[in-house]
Amino acid sequence: MKKRQIQEINASSMADISFLLLIFFLVTTSMATDKGLSRTLPPPATNEEKKEDVEVNQRNIMLILVNSNDRLMVNGEMMDVNKLKDKAKEFIANPRNDENLPMKEKVNIPLLGGDCMVTTKHVISLQNDRGTSYQAYLKVQNELVAAYNELRDAKARDRFGRAFADLTKDEQDAVKDFYPQKISEAEPKNYGQVTGGAQ
Amino acid sequence: MAKFRKEGGKKLPAISTASLPDIIFMLLFFFMTTTSMKETTLNIQMKLPEATELTKLEKKSLAKYIYIGVPKVQFQKTNGTEARIQLDDAFAKQPTEVGEYISIKRDAMNENDKNKMIVSLKVDKDTKMGIVTDVKQALRKAYALNIYYTATEETNKY
Repeated sequence: MKKRQIQEINASSMADISFLLLIFFLVTTSMATDKGLSRTLPPPATNEEKKEDVEVNQRNIMLILVNSNDRLMVNGEMMDVNKLKDKAKEFIANPRNDENLPMKEKVNIPLLGGDCMVTTKHVISLQNDRGTSYQAYLKVQNELVAAYNELRDAKARDRFGRAFADLTKDEQDAVKDFYPQKISEAEPKNYGQVTGGAQ
Repeated sequence: MAKFRKEGGKKLPAISTASLPDIIFMLLFFFMTTTSMKETTLNIQMKLPEATELTKLEKKSLAKYIYIGVPKVQFQKTNGTEARIQLDDAFAKQPTEVGEYISIKRDAMNENDKNKMIVSLKVDKDTKMGIVTDVKQALRKAYALNIYYTATEETNKY
């Protein structure tokens, strides 16, 4: 019997074909991963909720106003954006139990060693004008998030000896309970454009 | 001694290209898996704002995009030079359209993913907050509460 040799498929064009595909994907790829600041909006306001708004104690609020010239006002004082982070950190942590800074409450966080004093009721209220630029607005948001992140990181290092990002999920949650993030984006108002209306 | 170097004019052996397809395939698969196709073409000028405390958008399939900015030069004749909202490929006439857009997008989603929807706001950094606020209000009404302010990493800080 004659043994027939099976012919090998010529694979020299394989490289060309895969090159073609490669170039196609190279061109259509957008490698830039989306990054940004994540936020949760409050559900739509009903009439009943609006009344409850007022009940928050004055010392628990940090009111940040951003006007149409991108200037900041924090609790009635003009402030530079660069100083906002430290101010916010002081407000959130209230390290010296200041009378004018948010009230602390006992919260039981097992991973942090039982009862902790946490400023549970603090609210950072961010209000902007319609004329505020988006960059300025995001800059303020960014500083606030940075304040929380730095506090959490400090706590994590203090308690667990590691950076916040290196903690386990449970530990992270515990630290988050210790510094809960409460940034409120208020209903829009017009400042200095329309008379009246604004509180 | 010369005995050993008899074949003096040696030819360089050709480099084997047999592994070339494999290498290319590896590259190909890398790009195939990391690729996400561009879905929309931007009709607006977009320069994202800068920030430092960024988190990555985890699941791109859950994200719906809303673009806000000044129309590109070729669209300015028909759409003006004021900031506009772009939904998919078209300009929205007014901010309330965002609500309808979101509900359409949500209906098209998988049942399990519906309440995990993330709305990614891609807003030009010079946009005034007025229009952004309108969009945010529309999103609240549509119960699309997870939002994402897309930004780029800040370069050379301090």
